[in-house]
Amino acid sequence: MLTKRIIPCLDIKDGRTVKGVNFENIRDAGDPIELGALYAQQGADELVFLDITATNERRKTLSELVTRIARHVNIPFTVGGGIASVEDVNVLLNAGADKVSVNTAAFRDPGLLNSLSREFGSQCIVLAIDTRFEDGDWYVYLNGGRVKTDTRTVDWAKEAVDRGAGEILLTSMNNDGTKQGFALDITSRLSQDLHVPVIASGGAGTMEHFADVFEKAHADAALAASIFHYKEIGIPELKNYLYQRGIQIRF
Amino acid sequence: MKTAIIKYNAGNIRSVLFALERLGVEATVTDDPETLISADKVIFPGVGEASTAMQYLRERKLDRLIRDLQQPVLGICLGMQLLCKHSEENNTDCIGIFDLPVKKFESPVENLLKIPQIGWNNITGLHSVIFEHVPQNAYMYFVHSYYAALGAETTAIANYVINYSAALQKDNFYAVQFHPEKSAEAGQRIIESFLKL
Repeated sequence: MLTKRIIPCLDIKDGRTVKGVNFENIRDAGDPIELGALYAQQGADELVFLDITATNERRKTLSELVTRIARHVNIPFTVGGGIASVEDVNVLLNAGADKVSVNTAAFRDPGLLNSLSREFGSQCIVLAIDTRFEDGDWYVYLNGGRVKTDTRTVDWAKEAVDRGAGEILLTSMNNDGTKQGFALDITSRLSQDLHVPVIASGGAGTMEHFADVFEKAHADAALAASIFHYKEIGIPELKNYLYQRGIQIRF
Repeated sequence: MKTAIIKYNAGNIRSVLFALERLGVEATVTDDPETLISADKVIFPGVGEASTAMQYLRERKLDRLIRDLQQPVLGICLGMQLLCKHSEENNTDCIGIFDLPVKKFESPVENLLKIPQIGWNNITGLHSVIFEHVPQNAYMYFVHSYYAALGAETTAIANYVINYSAALQKDNFYAVQFHPEKSAEAGQRIIESFLKL
């Protein structure tokens, strides 16, 4: 059976992890490679590296970092953050990334998804959507959640999949940072409406939240950052818990 | 020992190279016939589309060269599918080491089956020397929309609504549908076992 995936997300700035992490058993928690390798060893199913560097040197720094990750980490990983062109993706995949995630640039120019899936195959193109619930529905936000659009998340997700997105990484802004659980309703809608995997993100606070998003919302994968970084939940205990609940999990 | 990776127009070669590097093995990525023929081990990886890949291989006569290789060969993902007889992906005649069809996953109910299959799935019925150090039901990382049917050459089975070949073996040809280079420790052990053949 195909298993549900647990995906830690690492924010990267200037080649370093951003969120303060404190692990005794690694020398440098700011080093994305050490942290990524540790998560892989603990049973993470994939990793996401989100680059939030804003400087002009970002592209070169990022591709070098991606190569270092690919050398040391033996599970698949996705790279996202500011990816805007076929050339950006080409550089990152050649550097060793397994998948890339695109967000704002794909919304501004949806044809980018067609180009990317034609060039590299849908399987490595993840569409990230930041969404917020207001006035009775879920809407797409851009630029890291700073810019509102009038497009409904379900509509954009469907169009994106038609254009070639191979997975949807859905972050609920209402839930993100609350530790009150994932947004089950919109995750469930997308999971059942789309024929590609949906990765739920935002709101994980307890192990039960993961069980809920898999069982009630049918998510294919769940992503979280701080609860893993701050060791509020360990990946081995989380997987053990989900297994006990009868959810398909890799050991 | 000389390990060669077949260079062609299907991605993912770098990941394989890095996986070998983690095992302390230096490999050559090449489409040079001499180098491929004289290598001790040949790896045929790939992520991409079958007809484009076969066209590329035929134009360079690499399809025949691969068919005639005598040393252990490991096909990975698209590499495995291209070693089969025929692929439904754009109705492509393939290399034909394994007398098996490659078909597209079909969801019995709309959207029930996500295609491509992306993620970790377990493999059973293992009976090949490359699985010597891997337990039954080990989890491997898969990314694919097409699958090889079951046959006499099946050495591992995976299930995604139907049972299909997760691995094949015939003579010196070994093939896996999943990505051992991305399948953590378990995958690493498969590559190690192959390199020791």
